[in-house]
Amino acid sequence: MNEVTLIIDGRPVTAAENATILQAARQVGIDIPTICYHDACTANAICRLCVVEVEKQRLLQPACVTQVREGMVIHTRSERVERSRRTILEMLDSAVDLSDAPEIQAQLAEYGADHNRFPAAERRAPALIDDNPMYVRDYAKCVLCWRCVQVCAEDAQYTFALSFDGRGFGTQIGTYFDLPMPETTCVFCGQCVGVCPTGALKPRREWLLEQGKTPDEIMELTRAERRKSRRAKQ
Amino acid sequence: MTELLAASPDLTPLRSILAGHAGQGRAALLPVLLAAQAHYGFLPQPVTAEIAHSLGVPLAEVHGVIEFYALLYNEPVGRTVLRVCTDPACALRGGDAVLSAACALAGVAEGETSADGAVTVERSPCLGHCNSGVSVNVSSGRPVRNQTYAHVTPDTVADLFAGHGRTTADFWSEDYVGGDLSIVTPLCGRGRRTRLIEYEAVGGMQALRKALTSLTPTQVIEAMHRADLLGRGGAAFPTWAKWDGAAKAPGQPKYFVVNADESEPGTFKDRVLLEGDPCRVLEGAIIGAYAIGAERIYIYIRGEYPLAIERVGAALEELRSAGYLGDNILGSGFSVDVEIRSGAGAYICGEETALFESIEGKRGFPRVKPPFPTTHGLFGKPTAINNVETLAQTPYILIHGPDAFQRLGTAESTGPKLLCVSGDVVRPGLYEIGFGATLRHLIENLAGGVVGGELQAMLIGGAAGAFATPAELDTPITFQGLRAAGLTLGSGAIMVFNDKRDLRDILRRLARFFAHESCGKCYPCQLGTQRQYEILTRVAAGRALPGDVERLRDVGWTMTDASLCGLGQTAAAALFSAMKRWPHLFENGHAP
Repeated sequence: MNEVTLIIDGRPVTAAENATILQAARQVGIDIPTICYHDACTANAICRLCVVEVEKQRLLQPACVTQVREGMVIHTRSERVERSRRTILEMLDSAVDLSDAPEIQAQLAEYGADHNRFPAAERRAPALIDDNPMYVRDYAKCVLCWRCVQVCAEDAQYTFALSFDGRGFGTQIGTYFDLPMPETTCVFCGQCVGVCPTGALKPRREWLLEQGKTPDEIMELTRAERRKSRRAKQ
Repeated sequence: MTELLAASPDLTPLRSILAGHAGQGRAALLPVLLAAQAHYGFLPQPVTAEIAHSLGVPLAEVHGVIEFYALLYNEPVGRTVLRVCTDPACALRGGDAVLSAACALAGVAEGETSADGAVTVERSPCLGHCNSGVSVNVSSGRPVRNQTYAHVTPDTVADLFAGHGRTTADFWSEDYVGGDLSIVTPLCGRGRRTRLIEYEAVGGMQALRKALTSLTPTQVIEAMHRADLLGRGGAAFPTWAKWDGAAKAPGQPKYFVVNADESEPGTFKDRVLLEGDPCRVLEGAIIGAYAIGAERIYIYIRGEYPLAIERVGAALEELRSAGYLGDNILGSGFSVDVEIRSGAGAYICGEETALFESIEGKRGFPRVKPPFPTTHGLFGKPTAINNVETLAQTPYILIHGPDAFQRLGTAESTGPKLLCVSGDVVRPGLYEIGFGATLRHLIENLAGGVVGGELQAMLIGGAAGAFATPAELDTPITFQGLRAAGLTLGSGAIMVFNDKRDLRDILRRLARFFAHESCGKCYPCQLGTQRQYEILTRVAAGRALPGDVERLRDVGWTMTDASLCGLGQTAAAALFSAMKRWPHLFENGHAP
């Protein structure tokens, strides 16, 4: 494999020629923050938190998909980079409930994001969806990283139960005609819950425990629901 | 309507629609959804399930596609749907008053359907009739017929409910076309489509004949190179370089795409060309397809341009009958055909990779670049994609030669250019000039000067453009001259505002446009366009909060610097130009 040499934050780095800037930086211990990126998912350069300044490029470049090139000079913490990252985080914080997203909380702190930066801002706060025995969907906590949609489709399961409602700021992950999950193609593999970074998708048992239910109450609830569903089938 | 919901719809008509697209798979999704909606009025669940099954597309993704496009509905809408333009050019002519009048007549709020199911009234982004607004796009009847009306007032909007009114196909409401040159527009603005036989009578189709019979594809590209024709859609990329890249790229088949998704507020030049003289555009496209070795041309026309779609369809019939399309064109051995694709209400699909996604039957999300279209374009194949006006200029280059073309402009901005002038001028319209003329010549001489007051500002390049002041009137209209003045030509839209206009209200409308049209893929644009709209709404109302200027700067720079595609990267351009030129407008407490 051919290698290229580049400079990241003043340090010479040697990386495989097909590596991304993100990979090259991580291999020498330079941390570039990400939200949407996941090793098991196709990188789509959505969150733009990983943008870096590449000399001779007019705009910031997303490190997760931009390939390294010989002689590249990269700045991962320049003023422009910091401003974009901080503003993205502040805007996200003003729109979404990030209370269950410890990694993003740490990023908010690291970049000095002001929790009240955008007063009177519209938030995305749809009601929690509790429509199946396995997991709940709380899209007030969804950052639209697309991971759940991707693992439900070609990145893993080929189930295609999920897509998008709306567009722009009004986008929300949804099912076919917003049907309850048991009426969709969902096979309850749980992969979407596994890759969700913000607690928007959560095992129902965990959610019930958070609601203050005891394990015994949850067991009784589950039995009652099974009886009800059996009766409905008969 | 309630019966429609309760009863399962008869799927027989849908099956014949699907049969017409057999074997096309997912690529047929948008055409089938549009045809099905024309029949059923909206897209009921059983209809979408049948479509998903037939085309092999997952149910959830069919739903996601319907949700993306503003002209597709997955729940019942009124038998008549009115879409009233309230973007800047129509707003100056009373777009909001027309919208209010329509809502009052229907007894609904904006975006709602009347209780009897008769009428839905919506607010529309720019409909591309900025010279003849207020414009209203209307869908009505079964099958649904879509028409756009011009010069609508609060008093005449009632006519539209009854299917009357003056449509843009009526001669009297046609576009004013003028200027210093008549290279690409000699057959436009006549209130009707120019037929092939008329185009041929003035030398039309001779460029194609010349290319196919006496030039190799390489020679065609070389001529384009020497002419130095820069793309007229907004990005000003060298046309020859796109063609050369696609011609040399490995992989078959190759595609040639005409980007006719003109949606930049204030822009209507491509519509005028397609409605008035479609054969010229198509001739350019066939020449381009020959140059890159494409076997299929797609022309993607925005869904709000029903008249353009109809007239391009008629032109294609004539071209096929005359042997300019199909197999072995003019005995040259070269074969190509054209397919029309209708958009469905999404500005973002004018972004080239989003347009490809749309043709492929997906939500119009822009792709990460690289790879670029020349190597990985439509269906992942080598593709050249050009703007309508760019292609309309191509025949002239082959007939009269690159040198003659260059002489029409300046050394660096070659050829003629179409400019869409709207707003507070005596004669709003489409003007063809040679590059190098000044803004003053365009506004004062050609468009007849400013009406309603003194000149306050010009918005050049549409929503993604920048404001100029009267001090900049002597700037030459060239790519370089405008850039040196901190401006951009963009799509060639020039909106003129007199000194009675509140520019903050214009900025609020531009911000609303971007928030409405953001696809939602990348965070800076998805979140930033919304925050920018919220802040500019309070600025326009004279209720700016302390810190709003800094907020606008941070949001704007983040969108500009970190967004995935050109929409987000330009969503703060007009605002920044206004903040630089009129900083007092953004001061706290400045009264509207």
